[in-house]
Amino acid sequence: MVVAVPGSTAGVVIENLSFSIDEQVILAGVSASVAAGTVTGLLGPNGAGKSTLLRLVGGLATPASGSVTLGGDEIGAMPRREAARRIALLEQNTAPSVDLSVEDVVLLGRIPHRTRLLGTFGGDDDRAVAAESLAAVGAGELVDRMWHTLSGGQQQRVQIARALAQRPSLLLLDEPTNHLDVSAQLSLLSQVGGLGTTAIMALHDLNLAAAFCDHILLLQDGKLVAAGTPAEVLVPEIIGEVYGVECDIIEHPRDGHPVIVFSAPRTAVAPMRAAASA
Amino acid sequence: MGRAIRQAPGRAPRTTRSLAHARFLLALTLAVVGLVLIVMLAVTIGPANVSLAQVSGSILGHLGLGATGTDSGAVPLLIDSIVWELRLPRVLTAAIVGAGLAVSGAVMQSVTRNPLADPYLLGLSSGASLGAVCVVILGVGFALPAAAFLGALAALFATLSIARVGGTITPARAVLAGLAIAQLAGAGTSFIIFWSAKGDSYREILNWLLGSVAGATWNSVIISGTALALVGTGVVLAATRLDAFAFGDTAAASLGINVNATRWALLGSVALLTGAMVAVSGAIGFVGLILPHLVRGLSGPSHRRLLPLVAVCGALFLVVADTLARTIFDPRELPVGIITAFIGVPVFIVLIKRKKSSAWS
Repeated sequence: MVVAVPGSTAGVVIENLSFSIDEQVILAGVSASVAAGTVTGLLGPNGAGKSTLLRLVGGLATPASGSVTLGGDEIGAMPRREAARRIALLEQNTAPSVDLSVEDVVLLGRIPHRTRLLGTFGGDDDRAVAAESLAAVGAGELVDRMWHTLSGGQQQRVQIARALAQRPSLLLLDEPTNHLDVSAQLSLLSQVGGLGTTAIMALHDLNLAAAFCDHILLLQDGKLVAAGTPAEVLVPEIIGEVYGVECDIIEHPRDGHPVIVFSAPRTAVAPMRAAASA
Repeated sequence: MGRAIRQAPGRAPRTTRSLAHARFLLALTLAVVGLVLIVMLAVTIGPANVSLAQVSGSILGHLGLGATGTDSGAVPLLIDSIVWELRLPRVLTAAIVGAGLAVSGAVMQSVTRNPLADPYLLGLSSGASLGAVCVVILGVGFALPAAAFLGALAALFATLSIARVGGTITPARAVLAGLAIAQLAGAGTSFIIFWSAKGDSYREILNWLLGSVAGATWNSVIISGTALALVGTGVVLAATRLDAFAFGDTAAASLGINVNATRWALLGSVALLTGAMVAVSGAIGFVGLILPHLVRGLSGPSHRRLLPLVAVCGALFLVVADTLARTIFDPRELPVGIITAFIGVPVFIVLIKRKKSSAWS
């Protein structure tokens, strides 16, 4: 079975969360709850507020109003180090040229658990956690490689191992499958599901969300427009409303989850329409 | 599930890691021993002949560990005063300034995630020179190191403000902004020296703009040494937090680092350190740029190893550069900044070629 990564997991409650930058509203009154141990997909068009919501849940930004609690504790009221011991946030991969070994990268995840001054760096306990975390994402054999020699999929895995080394009870991932080939996308997401840690991830690909998420939160223009299981949220009416595209839903022949089949946009040439709206 | 089985149980990263640690300890030991030898050797070099035995005799005598004054076996008084009053303060100042600039560069490169960051390239050294010259020439009622610190801080603030567009600072913009600030501060320094012209203005301008430790005294050693001890201890204690910046601000914040407070505290410390170094030596370029890049290969990326090793290697480098500066055209002296630029600029070119995508994006 899965190599267990110890650390309790906890549910998240988002209440009436709002955020704006320079008078521009990014998020308006978002409320949602995420059950412990589940994988939640955060969907929505570009600019819907997905990354902002992740940053607010991660405690990296302060909401204009509203609150986020993790296992009953308000995240905004936690000291940063405390939050970092309980929440790991991975932004989109932005640092392909970092000159560190894989183990050094994963050990960064131990920083919140060290003493503030001169914490033991790379001590045996930390290295054991690093090895476990790498094993949990199937990247144990990469431990001695240099970061910049890894493929995109391997880098993303190691980043998740770094997040796991924080021993978080909540994992936040922003577009974890960006720039990955299809095989890397599938194995990465199935590994996230197998961790048993509460995870919220922003995704662009609706079909990946339908296949790997227990729960979907759909954002549009900073508002939560739908929440529920993939089968409840990913229906042609809602997708058409939010993304402005036509689609049909079919059942996955092997796994039974919804599969979204897109058609060309409404503004396309006329002959396409007949087939699309069948 | 397959992933547990895919683990190769026989791998031995522990070995490679302890090898890396052993290599680091060896490098640090060699560097420290090398530094002590080079400092003593550098003191023997000069117009008057002094032997290594006389150097150590004089130092031991002053430390109360050997014969002094007219005791039998003591170093002759003339030699003793050449060693203790002239050469040793200069060599030690070079060592401390080299260490301080190298540490400043290493911290700046990590905190700004800019491989081209350096107190000289980003204008801090020139700002500090301007601050120092204001005190020295104009007699403004400030202590010299404090004025240099304020100058470095102002230059840092100006560079980062100019480089900041839309909330982000790219390495290339930071270097360009630093160039502008360095030119402006350099022009200000030259202007003040000319305006108050008395005696040998050109030499004085060169010393502030290109750097020199020719005038170093025990006072210089105390000023720069105190700053290095204080700031050096501070940044080594913050080494773990520096490591957290490797993947950028959001990653550091999600590792529990208070990013803004940490960055400004560290950059402020670097300005203080640079200010103290410039106050005793003028603006010596490229030490802070090249040493961290050379040393990372030996120390690895962890700042707990990088910072001590880069300090010792920076000291070694500047002692050698200063010895060259005062011997190549003996009896004339080059400002030491000319030597460091001759070595540093080729390294700078290699850096912008090698890291072209990451450094200029």
